[in-house]
Amino acid sequence: MPLSRLSSPFLSGTNRVTLQMLQLLMALVPAVIAIVYFFGPSILITLTLAVVVALLAEAFMLKLRNRPLKPFLTDGSAIVTAVLLAIALPPLAPWWLTTIGILFAIIFAKHLYGGLGYNPFNPAMIAYVLLLISFPLEMTTWLPVSTLSEHPLGLASAFNIIFSGQLQGGIGLDTVSGATPLDAMKTQIGLLQTPSQILNQPLFGLFGGKGWEWINIWFAIGGIFLIFRRVIGWHIPVAMLAGLTAISFITWLIAPETTGSPIFHLLSGGTMIGAFFIATDPVTAATTIKGRLIFGAGVGLLTYIIRVWGGYPDGIAFAVILMNMLVPLIDYYTQPKVYGSVK
Amino acid sequence: MFTAIIAITLMALFFGLLLGFASIRFKVEGDPIVDQIDKLLPQTQCGQCSFPGCRPYAEAMAAGEADINRCPPGGESTIQALADLLEVEAKPLDDECGVEKPKTLAVIVEDRCIGCTLCIQACPVDAILGAAKQMHTVIADECTGCELCVPPCPVDCIDMVETKLNPNTWRWPDPAHVDLKLGGQS
Amino acid sequence: MTDELSSFPGGLILDGQKKRSTQTEIRKTPLSKKLTLPLQQHIGTPSAPIVKVGDKVLKGQKIARADGHLSVYLHAPSSGTVIAIDDQAIPHPSGLSGLCITIETDGKDTWIERQPIEDFTTLTEHEVRQLLREAGIVGLGGAGFPSFIKLNPGVHHAVETLIINGVECEPYITCDDMIMRERANGILDGIQIMKYALRVKRCVIVIEDNKPEAISIMKQALEERKECHHLKETQVVVIPTRYPTGSEKQLIQVVTGKQVPGNGIPIEIGIVCHNVGTTYAIGRAIKYGEPLISRIVTVTGTDVKHAGNFETLFGTPMHELLAFCDTHREQGEPFILGGPMMGYNLSGDHLPVTKTANCILVGVDNAAPDSTPLPCIRCGECATACPVSLLPQQLYWFSRAKDLEKTREYNLFDCIECGCCSYVCPSKIPLVHYFRFAKTETMNQEQEHQKADIARQRHENRLTRHELEKREKEERQRQRKAALAATKAAKEKEALSQTDNQEN
Repeated sequence: MPLSRLSSPFLSGTNRVTLQMLQLLMALVPAVIAIVYFFGPSILITLTLAVVVALLAEAFMLKLRNRPLKPFLTDGSAIVTAVLLAIALPPLAPWWLTTIGILFAIIFAKHLYGGLGYNPFNPAMIAYVLLLISFPLEMTTWLPVSTLSEHPLGLASAFNIIFSGQLQGGIGLDTVSGATPLDAMKTQIGLLQTPSQILNQPLFGLFGGKGWEWINIWFAIGGIFLIFRRVIGWHIPVAMLAGLTAISFITWLIAPETTGSPIFHLLSGGTMIGAFFIATDPVTAATTIKGRLIFGAGVGLLTYIIRVWGGYPDGIAFAVILMNMLVPLIDYYTQPKVYGSVK
Repeated sequence: MFTAIIAITLMALFFGLLLGFASIRFKVEGDPIVDQIDKLLPQTQCGQCSFPGCRPYAEAMAAGEADINRCPPGGESTIQALADLLEVEAKPLDDECGVEKPKTLAVIVEDRCIGCTLCIQACPVDAILGAAKQMHTVIADECTGCELCVPPCPVDCIDMVETKLNPNTWRWPDPAHVDLKLGGQS
Repeated sequence: MTDELSSFPGGLILDGQKKRSTQTEIRKTPLSKKLTLPLQQHIGTPSAPIVKVGDKVLKGQKIARADGHLSVYLHAPSSGTVIAIDDQAIPHPSGLSGLCITIETDGKDTWIERQPIEDFTTLTEHEVRQLLREAGIVGLGGAGFPSFIKLNPGVHHAVETLIINGVECEPYITCDDMIMRERANGILDGIQIMKYALRVKRCVIVIEDNKPEAISIMKQALEERKECHHLKETQVVVIPTRYPTGSEKQLIQVVTGKQVPGNGIPIEIGIVCHNVGTTYAIGRAIKYGEPLISRIVTVTGTDVKHAGNFETLFGTPMHELLAFCDTHREQGEPFILGGPMMGYNLSGDHLPVTKTANCILVGVDNAAPDSTPLPCIRCGECATACPVSLLPQQLYWFSRAKDLEKTREYNLFDCIECGCCSYVCPSKIPLVHYFRFAKTETMNQEQEHQKADIARQRHENRLTRHELEKREKEERQRQRKAALAATKAAKEKEALSQTDNQEN
């Protein structure tokens, strides 16, 4: 066996970037199945479209930047970005919305910063925010789970909607769609309804949005699998969920009539995918142990603040991006004590 | 309007005082720029920059009269350091001054030396020992490899020898060359 | 007596691969025709030759003396003739050569007269250290630090604990394991002497729990001799297997819970650490008067057919040792000297075995891939694995950007180069190589700065001297001129007065 390395160590663990990305994708499978169950198979079309566009964009940028194709196309990072964005988009997002998002994520948020490992912001979240700001209508058009269970949407009709924007029979999508549970909670609290009244509406389930709560639970299970497999550390998810729980618990205690319960916040919107899959993106998160706790807690707090007092229904994407900006500062001030510096 | 003028005046006064106080209180005691530049130069005192030594060159640079790319012994790394310090663009070495060469040491071929002391007078760092009509020798540890002793020697007995690497001065090679261009602004 | 064991952050659980080389007992390597002895086999100043080409030497005869304080003597490993004192290839990662004494052996292996010392208490502590220095004893664990210095507590420190390091945490290496199994009594001899020289009461022999045979043998040997005055308060401590526990600082942390201060040495916190192999050599040197001329070398690896441990004379060419063990290695193919985590690769065939050569490794399982590393994804695995709590990913950025000042700020010089970070890196970045690069680069820069400072000082001195000379010269000239003018004036005056007188 010829020695390939100039310098020790000559041994190497089994840990690989590709392996980590693959396990991450595996951990997303149960939640995707849950999404299909509640929102219909349209997510599969969006996912496929996103992955294909992401790989093409990645290949194009690598060629343009004169980088080797194989190691970077197979590292799985582009696929992870695509899958995360696709899951974050509304199930019936038109094809052009997905395409614009992915192109922006890969080209602008990733490669213009230097590619894998060099991007300061989570590419999927940057793209999500861009789409949310640019196309607020399309980004908030969700079919309510209850409507879907009465009129299940087949793969063919989903395909139709995504690529032509029309339901079968020429009905426009906007006539049957509604707001997401988080959105509804916010607007209806604005209309002086109490959370318990709101939760009785067909849009909601036991604790959070109908369907949403189950999807969140499956994301959490996938995330725990990742922690168990040591793909991600426990620090960020735990800190983020703790931060979110703490602030929602306090405000809920103070004003139970005008705020959602902690459980509602934990099981609504993108809480779990954010905690386990998005905030934990190693490239853009803090790297020290203490830093990760601060980073996670910051994401949790900001998420709540944006959800409740901000102008957008869910705050995960903004919270993550805002905390990404603080990462260098956090890392600088949370350096561990080096051996020999304590007596 | 009158209050506005007063307010602005007072504020200007206040901030002016604050700034003045801060500039005294938090004054950065730094080396004068000439010293800082001089510190970056290799101190070979070879004069290849056309100045009589490193300090005069540093003074000329500080006065903006000389370019930063005139030091062949320092080479690329010195130019980079100077560019960083003076906040200007780094540029390639001025080939008018010479080319970057590996480090050398002066060695006197003893059986040819006639003891003329010319090299002793030429050496800028007093690294050559000897007396009239006596054989001279170079103190290897003090020699900067400036080559100034070579031209005055009437019998051509000074050789510039490349300094040899030994296991103690050896450096690990830069791994970045194995680490292909994989991203970032390399 | 021993407190609870402590722990250090990070570290790795590695596949030991120790069984490969512990199946047979320690064997002797056949005498080589030619022995090449580098003058630098330890940390510090190289030894200075005291023999000439053509001299006949006996086994154990001094052939080079200690040069300066941080240096030891060097001995002929066998009898024969000195045939060369010149630059030869030495086992060093640079592949450069260094000054060596080459001895052609006569095959008789005749010893010089030895002076065994039955009762070491007849010597003073200082005499013990002096004898060890003359016996050429240096740390055999890998670094090669002269042992006599580490046996000198000095006047400012009292030593509380002597730690005998039998941890051997690197995979594949088993020379310490085997010496404990087969020469436990010799190690105890050494411990007695070291405790005497250090005036220390307490001693712990630390062994990882993956060496049950060594543990039980050492315990038994200690039990048999527990009545010895100098073996009281000595005990075997078993610690969990984790890499890099064998590293001095980490071991101290595990055994005592204390940390050696940064830039400090263990004796500052009352601890002295020696390797078991060194301990054995110290025992031999005093009790039998045998200087350090051989060591146990582990030859192992996936490409070695008859792996094992070999008592090998210094200067024996490594290829002879490898041939003796029958390897699949092609001539000239690189191999590893030291362990797979901290060793370095060598490719020369004629490199000699030296005092610090603990293991020759040909072929490893789970070798680091030669594929191009991916970019760092800042996953932080390296920081989690680092036993010194550094931030390798940050150090990597700065080393790569050659921002040496920043690497220092992030404590690069506390890095022990254990390789844990590179091992766990999912992008397979050779982090340790970057750190070594940045370290040698920094040291080099520092040297250059020092040299430049001296040159500047000398140049300035010269300029002021010239200035002074010039001024003195001018002063002299002025004085001479003034004197000249004065005499001239005086003469003129005289002439005038004379004419005046004449006229009157």
